Amino acid sequence: MSSHVSNHAKNSTHWMSRLLVMPSVSMLLLWMIIPLAMTLYFSTIQYNLLYPEDNAFVGFENYSYFIEDPGFWPGISNTLILVGSVLLITVVLGTLISVLVNTPFWGQGIVRILLISPFFIMPTVNALVWKNLLLHPVSGVFAHVWRFFGAEPVDWFAQYPLFSIIMIVSWQWLPFAILLLMTALQSLDQEQQEAARLDGAGIWSIFYHLTLPHLARPITVVIMIETIFLLSLFAEIFTTTGGGPGYETTNLAYLIYDQALLQYDVGMASAGGVVAVVLANIAAFFLIRAVGKSLTDHK
Amino acid sequence: MANLKITQLRKAYGDVEILKGIDLDINDHEFVVFVGPSGCGKSTLLRTIAGLEDVNSGHIYLDEHEITELAPAKRDLAMVFQSYALYPHMTVRKNMSFALDLAGVDKHSIDEKVKAAADILELTLLLDRKPKDLSGGQRQRVAIGRSIVRNPKIFLFDEPLSNLDAALRVQMRLELARLHRDLRATMIYVTHDQVEAMTLADKVVVLNQGQIEQVGAPIELYERPKNMFVAGFLGMPRMSFLDAKVKDVHSQSVDIELNNGTSLSLPIATQNLKSQSHVTLGIRPEHINLCEKESGDMQVTFDVAEHLGSDTYCYAKTHSGESLTIRENSETNVSAGESLGVRINTAKCHLFDQQGNAVGYAVDTEQ
Ligand SMILES: Nc1ncnc2c1ncn2[C@@H]1O[C@H](COP(=O)(O)OP(=O)(O)O)[C@@H](O)[C@H]1O
Ligand SMILES: [Mg+2]
Repeated sequence: MSSHVSNHAKNSTHWMSRLLVMPSVSMLLLWMIIPLAMTLYFSTIQYNLLYPEDNAFVGFENYSYFIEDPGFWPGISNTLILVGSVLLITVVLGTLISVLVNTPFWGQGIVRILLISPFFIMPTVNALVWKNLLLHPVSGVFAHVWRFFGAEPVDWFAQYPLFSIIMIVSWQWLPFAILLLMTALQSLDQEQQEAARLDGAGIWSIFYHLTLPHLARPITVVIMIETIFLLSLFAEIFTTTGGGPGYETTNLAYLIYDQALLQYDVGMASAGGVVAVVLANIAAFFLIRAVGKSLTDHK
Repeated sequence: MANLKITQLRKAYGDVEILKGIDLDINDHEFVVFVGPSGCGKSTLLRTIAGLEDVNSGHIYLDEHEITELAPAKRDLAMVFQSYALYPHMTVRKNMSFALDLAGVDKHSIDEKVKAAADILELTLLLDRKPKDLSGGQRQRVAIGRSIVRNPKIFLFDEPLSNLDAALRVQMRLELARLHRDLRATMIYVTHDQVEAMTLADKVVVLNQGQIEQVGAPIELYERPKNMFVAGFLGMPRMSFLDAKVKDVHSQSVDIELNNGTSLSLPIATQNLKSQSHVTLGIRPEHINLCEKESGDMQVTFDVAEHLGSDTYCYAKTHSGESLTIRENSETNVSAGESLGVRINTAKCHLFDQQGNAVGYAVDTEQ
C-alpha cells in the first residue's frame, strides 16, 4: 500500500519534472533540428545563388558532386592531419609544460599568465600576427633569425603551408591544454608524491605512475573539446593561405565555404555540411570509445 | 638494528623557526610517540627524519651512519601518512609492491612479501581492489602494508588514526600495538591524542613549540612531569592548577598557603624554594575527593558535573575563583551552586616554581 502511494508520488514528480524541462528541451531541439532539416533539404535541391529561380529536386546529385570535387579527399585528409597533429602537439607539450610550471619557482604567477594569454587572442588576429610579423618571408621575425644565422629565409606558407597552419593553431590551443592540465595538477595529492619518493620513485616514475594517471581525465577533456573546435577550423586558414596553395591547406570547413560563397552553390555546400556532420560524428564516436573509455577506466 | 640519534636539529620555514634544537635518542624495537598540541612541529620533525624536509642544522644518525642529507628512499624508513597517500590508480597489491617493483626485486619474492603482509593485515581478499573501493580502516591497513613489505629499519606514522571514527580508532590502536609486538619493529608515531600516546608508547616525547619538554615512559611522564606544560598536557581531564605561596620549607616537606587561605603541607623534598616565593600547586582530578562541608582541606562551589557512567567529573571553583576538577565515582551526585568540602591527596600533588618547572617530587611516604 505504502509503496503504491510512494510510486504514485514518484510518478507525479516524474511527470512534473518532465513538464518543467519541456520548454528548454524543445528550444534546444528547434535550435538543432531546424538548421539541420534545412541543410538536409537544401542538400537535395538545386540551389545556386546565381540562378535562384531554378530549385529542382536533384536527389543525391549534390553529394556526388561534392564527393567528386577535387578538393574533397585533400579536404578530408587535411582535416584529419590538422586535428591529429594539433592534438598531439598540444597534449604532449601541454602536459610537459604544466608539470614544469607546477613546481614553485620565482615568477611562477607571471609565467602562468603568459602561458595562458595566447588563448585570449582572436583566431583571426592570431593568424594575422603569425602571417605578417612572424612567418613573413621578408619582414618576419623568423626570417630575421634565419638571416642572422646566414640561412635563406623560409617562405613558410608557400613551402610548408599545412605545417605552418598546424604551428599557428597549436600556438592558439596550447594554452587551453595548459590551463586545464595546470588546474588539474593542483589537485594532485602532495602526500602521494612524498610516499612515492619514500618508496624510491624518481621524478620519471612519479610522472609516469602518479601524474599521468591523475591527468588522464583532464587530458580526455582537452582532446574532446579541441577535436570539436578543430574539426571546424576556418579563420586561421582563411586569413593565411586561403586553402592553398592548390588544396594543400583546404580542410572540410574551408571546402564548404569555398562551394557556398565562391561558387554560390548553396545546394552543394549543404551537402558538404551534411558530410561534415557525419564525419564529425564518426570521429566523436571513435574518440569517445578509444580515448574516453580507455583513459577514464584507468581511474 | 635501528638506533636513531638526533642532535641539535633545527628547521625553519623562512624566518620562523619550527624545530628549535632537538636532541633525541631512539633505540631498537622502541615504540616512540611524539605528542604535543597542533602546530608544535611533530610532523615537521617526523618529515625531517624521513628526509622529506631539509634541515637547517643538526644531525640525524641511523646506526652510526649520518643520514641527514640522504635521499628519502635511501634511508630505509617507511612512512604512513595521515591521508594514507595510497596511489589511487593502482590496486592494493600494486600499492604494496610499488617500492619493491621500483627496486627491481624479483617477481616471486615480491608476491611472497605482499602475500605475507596481506595475511598479517587481513587484506588478502582485497588485493585486487582500488583504494577508492576500500573503507577508511582498510585504506589504513593498506598504508601500513605498504610499509611492512619494505621491511624498513624504522616505521614512521603521522597521525595515522585521526581520520577514523572513534570505535575504529580504538581497534586500530590495538592492532598497531600488536603489530609492534609481532614485528619487533622500531616505530615512531606522531599524534596529538594523549590517549594514543599513553597506550602505545614505550617512550613518549612531549613537544611544545618546536622543543622537547620531556622524554620518558608514559607513566613516568604522568607521575613525574618536569613542568606545568607536560603536567597539563597529559591526563584527561586536565590537572588543576592553583596559585600558592611558600610558607615554610622543611627537609622532607613544604608548607604552602593557597590563595583562598588554605594551608597544606606537601611531602616534597626540595632545596631550591624560598619562603614567600610564588608557586603553583598541581592536582590531578583523581587525587581530590569530596567530603562533608565542614571537614576536608577546603571548600569549593560546584559548577558542572559530567556523568560518564564509569566516573563523574565535577568541575568546581574555589573561593578565590580558581577552577578545580574532581574525579569521583559514578554514584556521586552534586548540583550546580552546591558547596562541599574536598580532601586533597597531598602525597600525589605537584609543585611548580614561577617558571613552571617542577620543584621536586613527592617523597614516597608509603615506605
Ligand atoms: N611547508 C611549510 N611552510 C611554512 N610553514 C610550515 C610548513 N609546514 C608546516 N609549517 C608550520 O610549522 C609549524 C609546525 O607544523 P607541523 O609540524 O605540521 O605541526 P604538527 O605538530 O601539528 O604536526 C606550524 O606552525 C605550521 O604552520
Ligand atoms: Mg601534523
